[in-house]
Amino acid sequence: MWHEITTLLYKELLLEWKQKYAFNGLLLYVLSMVVVIALAMAGSLNPLSWNILYWIIILFVAINAVAKSFMSEKIGHLRYLYALASPSSIMIAKLIYNWILLFLISGLTLFFHAFLGGIDIAKPAVMLALILLGSGSLSANLTLVTAISAQAENRTTLLAVLSFPLVIPILLMLIRISRSAIEGLASTNNDRLWMLMGMTVVLAVLSTILFPFVWRE
Amino acid sequence: MKAKRNWRIIYQSLAIILITYALIVGMSVGIPDKPLWGQTGRNVFYHVPMWFAMLVLMFMSVYYSIRLLRELDPDRERTGDPIRLDIQAKEAARVGILFNILGLITGILWSRVTWNAATISGWSFGSWWNWDPIQVSALISLLIYLAYFLLRSSFAEPEQRARVAAVYNVFAAATLIPLFFIVPRMLEGLHPTSSDSDNVGGNFIGTLDSTGRMVFYPAILGFIFLGIWLFSQRNRIEQLRWQLDNLLADKEYGQRDEQDSPPLSQTTN
Repeated sequence: MWHEITTLLYKELLLEWKQKYAFNGLLLYVLSMVVVIALAMAGSLNPLSWNILYWIIILFVAINAVAKSFMSEKIGHLRYLYALASPSSIMIAKLIYNWILLFLISGLTLFFHAFLGGIDIAKPAVMLALILLGSGSLSANLTLVTAISAQAENRTTLLAVLSFPLVIPILLMLIRISRSAIEGLASTNNDRLWMLMGMTVVLAVLSTILFPFVWRE
Repeated sequence: MKAKRNWRIIYQSLAIILITYALIVGMSVGIPDKPLWGQTGRNVFYHVPMWFAMLVLMFMSVYYSIRLLRELDPDRERTGDPIRLDIQAKEAARVGILFNILGLITGILWSRVTWNAATISGWSFGSWWNWDPIQVSALISLLIYLAYFLLRSSFAEPEQRARVAAVYNVFAAATLIPLFFIVPRMLEGLHPTSSDSDNVGGNFIGTLDSTGRMVFYPAILGFIFLGIWLFSQRNRIEQLRWQLDNLLADKEYGQRDEQDSPPLSQTTN
């Protein structure tokens, strides 16, 4: 099981490293979004709206990044994978891969967005830790939904409709918590932090349990 | 079968009796006098039960979805038609959506009056929609279940639809449960259960005297029974429709079979 997961994860990372198309594409996507926001909001960008815009960018990037994990693979390829490994390990590998991908992209977005938006983050380390947690919860939330919508005909509409209501609570919590990290206030959000971690764990475990049912044919 | 019929008669008559009682006594009983509220406090007998009914139906829907997934487990032997459970999960969600919408409407009408004059942390409320945490949770749950029906309509093959919809239903419930039971208690809001106790709602249910409670609890039970009743009617219609579809498909298949070649039973004899 453990060996299976690490091999699958290695396969995903190697594929990404060889092609680099997903990562670079997402990076350009982020960069253009950040530039548009910085230009459009020039002069009126305060830490509060900067923070909200940051997480909205991350939401769209996350949906695009995670969508790749099941939709871009061909059915034959997935069937081959399914014959080789157990569906639970496929899911765990995808969850970890999406987590890493989202963390890297969110970190770079944070840099671009802060640099171009001209915002100083008071507690960068806390913000980075929060991004690590946030990308984990987004990955846990979106990966299974992508697998579900990959089976339907109207994939992209379905992905947006299915994932948005599920992501809203997580996004709202992240916006609330990160506000204090940006403004350098003492955090009073310990409840929300625990809540977010709890939800992430529950959703990741549920994804692993439920995924075998999605890919059964 | 007989016990099932007796139970049906009991809960259905209880639904009628309790809701009639709640409508008549709820409108005439004395309620705690709150400034600016007037007589609107009576809405607690109708607005709150909608959410109880909705939660019961949503839990039923998730319960059927979990049973459906257990049924589809290849390690287990199948005990019946999985589509049966899928129809039950779908219809429970459908009636749940009805109560969700009713709860939103009664809440909006109530808040228009009572939150209207209130000012909380610099905000004055005079609008139809107030972005109160519980209100938002209710809206998100409505969106989730509408998405559930959109997901269902994207699959034509019944068993695949049943499987995928059940997975989404269970997954969505995992997000909805904290949204309904934990988050509103952590945030400041206008509802009585939110974290700041001196909001407009205050602890209104706590101030209800024993006569008020004698309407409130029966009303909750009555609307829950009504929800189960609506569910069972919808469920029976849909089960029959599914069986009818199967019969018609079989018949059509049989006819086509006869035209092409003699039926199997004749050739083997």
